[in-house]
Parts: sequence; C-alpha cells; structure tokens
Amino acid sequence: MYINAASAISPQLSFRQASFLQDWRLLTGHRAACVEPAYADIIEPKLIRRMSRIIRMGVATAMDTLQQAGCTNPDAIITGTAYGCLEDTGIFLKRMVENQEEMLTPTAFIQSTHNTVGAQVALLLKCHSYNNTFVQRSHSFESSLLDADMFLKENPGAKILVGAADELTDYSYTILERFGLFRSHPAGEGACYFVVGSEPDAGAFARVNGVRTLFRPTPGKLEDALAALLAENGLFAGEIDLVLSGNLPGAAAARQYEVIENQLLASVPKIYFKLLCGEYPTATSFGTWLGATILKSQAIPAGLCDAPPTLMRHFLVYLADTAGYHSLTLLTKC
Amino acid sequence: MAAPVYIAGLGAVSAIGDNVQENISSLKEGRAGLGPVRYLRTRHAEMFPVGEVKATNEELAIRCGWTGTNSRTAMLGYLAAKEALEDAGLSLHGHAGDEAGRSAGSGMTEGWMAGELACRVGLISATSVGGMDLTEDFFPAFMANPKAGKLSQVYQHECGAITEKMALELGVSDFVTTISTACSSSANAIMMGARMIRSGLLDVVVAGGTDALSRFTLNGFNTLMILDSQLCQPFDKGRRGLNLGEGAGFVVLVSEQVAKALGQSMDVVLSGYCNANDAHHQTASSPEGIGSYTAMKGAMKMAGLEPAEIGYINLHGTGTQNNDASESTAIQRIFGDAYPRMSSTKSFTGHTLAACGGIEAVYTVVSLRQQCLFPGLRIEVPVIDKPGVMVQVFEEDADIRHIISNSFGFGGNCSSLIFSLV
Amino acid sequence: MNREQLVEDLKQQIIEQLNLQVKPEEIVAGDPLFNEGLGLDSIDALELIVLMQQKYRIKLANAEEGPKVFQSIDTMADYIIAHQPAANK
Repeated sequence: MYINAASAISPQLSFRQASFLQDWRLLTGHRAACVEPAYADIIEPKLIRRMSRIIRMGVATAMDTLQQAGCTNPDAIITGTAYGCLEDTGIFLKRMVENQEEMLTPTAFIQSTHNTVGAQVALLLKCHSYNNTFVQRSHSFESSLLDADMFLKENPGAKILVGAADELTDYSYTILERFGLFRSHPAGEGACYFVVGSEPDAGAFARVNGVRTLFRPTPGKLEDALAALLAENGLFAGEIDLVLSGNLPGAAAARQYEVIENQLLASVPKIYFKLLCGEYPTATSFGTWLGATILKSQAIPAGLCDAPPTLMRHFLVYLADTAGYHSLTLLTKC
Repeated sequence: MAAPVYIAGLGAVSAIGDNVQENISSLKEGRAGLGPVRYLRTRHAEMFPVGEVKATNEELAIRCGWTGTNSRTAMLGYLAAKEALEDAGLSLHGHAGDEAGRSAGSGMTEGWMAGELACRVGLISATSVGGMDLTEDFFPAFMANPKAGKLSQVYQHECGAITEKMALELGVSDFVTTISTACSSSANAIMMGARMIRSGLLDVVVAGGTDALSRFTLNGFNTLMILDSQLCQPFDKGRRGLNLGEGAGFVVLVSEQVAKALGQSMDVVLSGYCNANDAHHQTASSPEGIGSYTAMKGAMKMAGLEPAEIGYINLHGTGTQNNDASESTAIQRIFGDAYPRMSSTKSFTGHTLAACGGIEAVYTVVSLRQQCLFPGLRIEVPVIDKPGVMVQVFEEDADIRHIISNSFGFGGNCSSLIFSLV
Repeated sequence: MNREQLVEDLKQQIIEQLNLQVKPEEIVAGDPLFNEGLGLDSIDALELIVLMQQKYRIKLANAEEGPKVFQSIDTMADYIIAHQPAANK
C-alpha cells in the first residue's frame, strides 16, 4: 500500500505549507489547538455552517489530499476517530440537561454521529463508494489502515481516502485532565487524511509495509510482532532508520514503550511526534504523516531529532498508551 | 470465487428475548417487545413506546457476573457475544478469567481452540451510543461543577471502550475493533469480519453490534420528529415513524478450516455483502434509494445471484416515511414486479440502531435454517401492495435459499448482507 | 413589536440559529428560504419549528404546515402575527 498524497491539520503549521515544518514549535501550555486554515476556499460556505471543528478539519484535509492526488471519486472513504464529534455531542448533552429534554433542535444531534466526517466527505464528492468509520480508541486509525490495505488487495488499482480526526473540546479536556492524561504534556488534536493505492504515483510519499495492532501484549508478544513485521519485509532491526514514537519521555505511558524502544530498537534515532501534535488517541495519523513526509523529502526538520539518521529508508511508527494499546506501522521510502 | 465464510454461532438480546431462542419464540408467536418506557429515566416515558430489554442494569450486571460501573451497552453486547461464542462451540484455554486454564498451568495451549485447531479470534463490534447511557448521568453534576461527577461514569464513554471491556471479559485478544456508521454499524462489522477471514488475517470473528437506549438518542430522534407515539408500522402506507429499541446481536464467522474442525454441520454462509453511500443528505435517504440500491446490487453481484434467487428481504424498515419510501423504491428498481417476500422485524424489537444489523443477521440465519419467515406486524395498507409480498404472519415451510438483510444509517451509510444455505 | 420589527428580528434569529453566513440586509423578506433561496433544508425546517416555539411561543399545529409557513420571512411573520397568543397582542 502506497501513500500517494497526504494532508494534515495539527497544532503545527502543517496544512498546505510550502516548507515542511520549518517553523515547528514545541507545544506549551496545557492545550494545543490546531492551526486551522481559512476554510472558505476548501469547503462551500453553504455547507460549512453546520460543521463543527472536527468536521471542518477532517473535510479540509480530505479534500486537500484528494486534490493532491487528482482524485475526485475515491473507491473507499475510511475514517478513524476515537472520540467522534465531541463538540456536537457536548452541545446536545448540555441542552438536554439545561432544557430538561424539551425544546431541543436536531443539528447538534445529527452532526454528533461518529461517521459524520466520512459522510460529509462523501456528500461533498457525491461519492457512493464504500464508506466506513472505526472507533477503537488508540487503534482507530490503525483499524482504518488495515481496512484500506485489505480493500486494496480485494480491489487492486483502487484509490482510497483514509485518515483520522479527533478534536479537543472544553468538556473533553476537563474530563480527560481529571483522568490525569495531560500531566506531563499538552492535550492535542488533529486531522490527517491520505490517498493510498496499490501502486505508487509519481509524487508518492512512502510505502506502508505493514500495520500491527496489539492490546495489552506481553513483552514476548510485542517482540514477536515486531520480528514478524520485519521478517515479512525481509528486514532486521538494524535496518530501521528512525522510530516515530508516540512516547514522551517522563510521561505516564513511558514504561509501556520500554520493550520496543529501550530493548529492541535502543540505538535507533527517534522522533517523539506527540511533542508536535499533543496527546490524542489518533495521533499516530500525525506520526504517519510526519514519517511519510520525511521519507518523501528525505529531510528532517531542523531540531526535531537529536541524532538524525544518515539513511532514511525504513521508519517505524510506534505507539503505546496507558490503556494497553500498542501499534506498529512500517513505512518505507518509495 | 472467494473462500466461504460460515456462520458458526448466534447470540441475541433484545426487547423480545434474552437469548436467541427467546427471540425466535417471540417472532414465531407474533409477540412484540414494544411498550411504555420502564427502565430508562426520561421525561418522555409516557410519550413514546420503546423496545427495552426487560432487565435493570443491576440484573444485567448479575447475568454478566460483573461488578463496578458498566454501561448497559457493554453488558448487552457481552451477553449476546458470549452466547454466540458458546453456540459456536469454541473453547478458550489459559485465559486469565478461566479457572480451568489457570489451574492447568503453563503446559497448556493458550488461546481459542476449535476442536484440536488453534484459532486466531477477533471481536469486531459496533455501537453508536457507546457509554452514553452513563455519560448522560454524569453530565448534570459535571455541568454544575467541572470537578464533580463520578469519573467511573465516563470511563466507558468511548465506543471503543465498550468493545474493549467485552473483549477482555470474553478473552478475545487477537484483533479487536469497533465500527460506528450509525444504523448500518453492525452490518459493516459483520462485513469487516468476513473480509478479515477471507484475507487470512483471522480464523474466527465474533461480529455484530450493541446499543442501549439512552436519553441522548431518544431526544435526538425526537428532534427529528420521526418517533412514533404509537406502535410503529414499518412498510405500511399510514406509517408515522419509528420506535427506538435496544439490544445486541452477534454472529460467529469462521473459515472453512475452522468449520471443519468444529465438526458441526455448517449450513449457512455469508455469501455477499456491500457497503455503499447514498451521498444525498446527512440524515435523509434519497427518493430513488441510490445507496440502498447500490448496496443490495453489490451484495447480489458478489454472491453471484439473480433477483429471482432472493427469497426474502429482512428490511431496514424503520417505519419512517422517508426510509420506507426510499428502501421500497430501491427494491422495486431491482426486482420490478417480481418481489421477494419481505418484512421488518423492527415491528417487534424497535430500531436498535447500531445493533440492528447484528440482531437481524441472527434472525436471518434462523430463517434459513428453519425454513420459516418472520412477520412484520401491524401492516394495514402495505407500501408494496402486490398481494402476498409482505410477510404478515409467521410462515413455515418457506422455500428460501438466499436472504438479504438491509441496514441503512445516517450519513448515507447503506449496507446489505446476503446469507445463503449451503 | 410591529410587523417591520418582527421581520428584522426574524432575520437575526434565523441567521443565528442556523449559523447562516449572510448579513440580515442580504435577506429579502419575500424571497424563498429553502432550495434556490437561502438553501435551507429539512433539518433547518425542524430548527425553525423550535425557534418559533422558543422565541415567539408559537407552536405549529402540525409539522405538515412547515413548508407553507416557512416559505419566506414574510410568511413566517404573517403566521406569527395571526397566531400570537392573546396576551401578547
């Protein structure tokens, strides 16, 4: 599966930028909100009025990446979102409590459905293709990638729009903060979409050589999963040039990373992508965007990696969280 | 020809029964589960009939053997998925929750077995409300004071957290995911499961969906003015809207190799499926039924079936003006005047949202096995007025080999599944 | 509130409630609200029913009246004036 186009809205200047994260900044404060573009030239104003932030961000990145790929009618639209449309959910809940179940209006309710982003993209494109939405916490994006990969094997030559979106709201920040999720680093959010196909286009970013998801694995199972992923691609651990890690040194989840990062791939250079996008469950979509863009440009934005690798051929996007979700995504230069 | 995917186990909980057998008895006896709200706390309790699972959360927790705060969605899902796994006759060795496995020690094979065959087992569930039933209890206190409200009430808010809890309790760990495409969710979960088996990623998939009633959805559907204040009449010209229901339905999908290892007679396969999008409106279906037409056509093409070979359609049939008009138009476009038999079992269960595709898949498989047709209730003037098309009373000795089960949802998500006798 | 004020008020309320990306002066009171006009759809009609109830205390006798009442700002104003609760007249 090849990533032929990619688009990201994140807390960094990442959307439709001439230069690749040249002015990236370390996130400060407790909440990192996305840098949002002016949507008027991407989404028709008549349609935008009902869209909450996650829908705007999702639709904008979807449209942007389709445009890059020159694709107007994808054969599948697949979206991952852990939390879904939180803003609309919160609005409807609040009014329901305040108005004691009376005088409620439909817009927030219908836009709160988890499949709204994928549905709105289909509606804008008048696209009748396969349309699916995965909502498995930190595996929402990985489930989407697995679906896309399977779809390409079933339908070689297909062009697939696949991505993920999650938004941070006042309510979700307050609640997740009480769970202790943002003690060591800021809360984040973002939307990233990709166009993938079974063959690389002229401007292809990277090849996705495999995705593995594991839930509460033993160290042995993690080791096996990495070994199998590498073996499938005829690689050994020393050939991984860079790990794009969801780890944040000192964070609550840091010990979850122990096996892969400190034992199996200890000497491999790392980029901690959540330093750029903040903590959110579908952050691996940003990690994948970052990795794919580095592979395409063969350049790492200055200061992002302590010991940049000299060769950039095979990258591993690795995530582990406190709930026990682990994922491994192998990206290779085209 | 793609590898066959067999149905090895069934599980269902709904307003008309706590297990598959009870559900089927109700369908046969024409006993709907719709009525005034008894368990959900809502201001609209007198206003709208619903299809509730006849148990309190405490009773469900006892049935699950669970303690602590758990979403009704997770409990309903667990009960149906567990029934399906047990029905399939798979056995689990060495699971932390399994006394036999634990005492047998480390020498024993770990994981799921079909007879002597070790299997990779996945859980692909679906839900649209997730733990909203608890979140809406949390919110009043939280809105009054951001530091208030019990966090245990939002721990399972995410749809994925529901499936995670189910997977942990069931002992399924090779692959776990959740699909949320509104009312087509569990049809898509079953489709995803079949595809993962066909592509060799898994040997067994427990696939389906679960949704509990919540004030959020009841009020949401009320804002759309599509709730019927009387008992719903799907596919009747005088239909007024839908009744919401709740429940869970799961099927156990297995590869041919697992089917053989289980040693049962494997008589029903999932022969076709298609997911399409109506791309017409966020909530309303297109008048010409583009999405539902494409989904049914695509599923028939995959199964290699001509219209005349379809014996029965388990309709999405919610009972709203819009859905039933759109769905019947799509059916007419495919079948012309040569309609298959059809009915909407939502007249028994209510519309169980993300669970309906799973529950109705269970009914469909039983229809094929027992060669019987379950009715749609309360039809006075049928939308399709050709006599003998709508199934209005329970019928035995039906001669059917292929059934379409339709599930359509918000966001234009339309999915059709075809189950066939081998 | 006289009819002229009511029309202006309605424009404001509708823009706010439906998050329309237009200014009040761009809405012509006699122009159609749905389809080719402001491009409203069935969801907006449901929003307008609640708006009538909340802001003007007017409950549509039944939902089928919607298309007639919500043809334009003018028809909405007429309906409100004709159905105002006695105390507000």
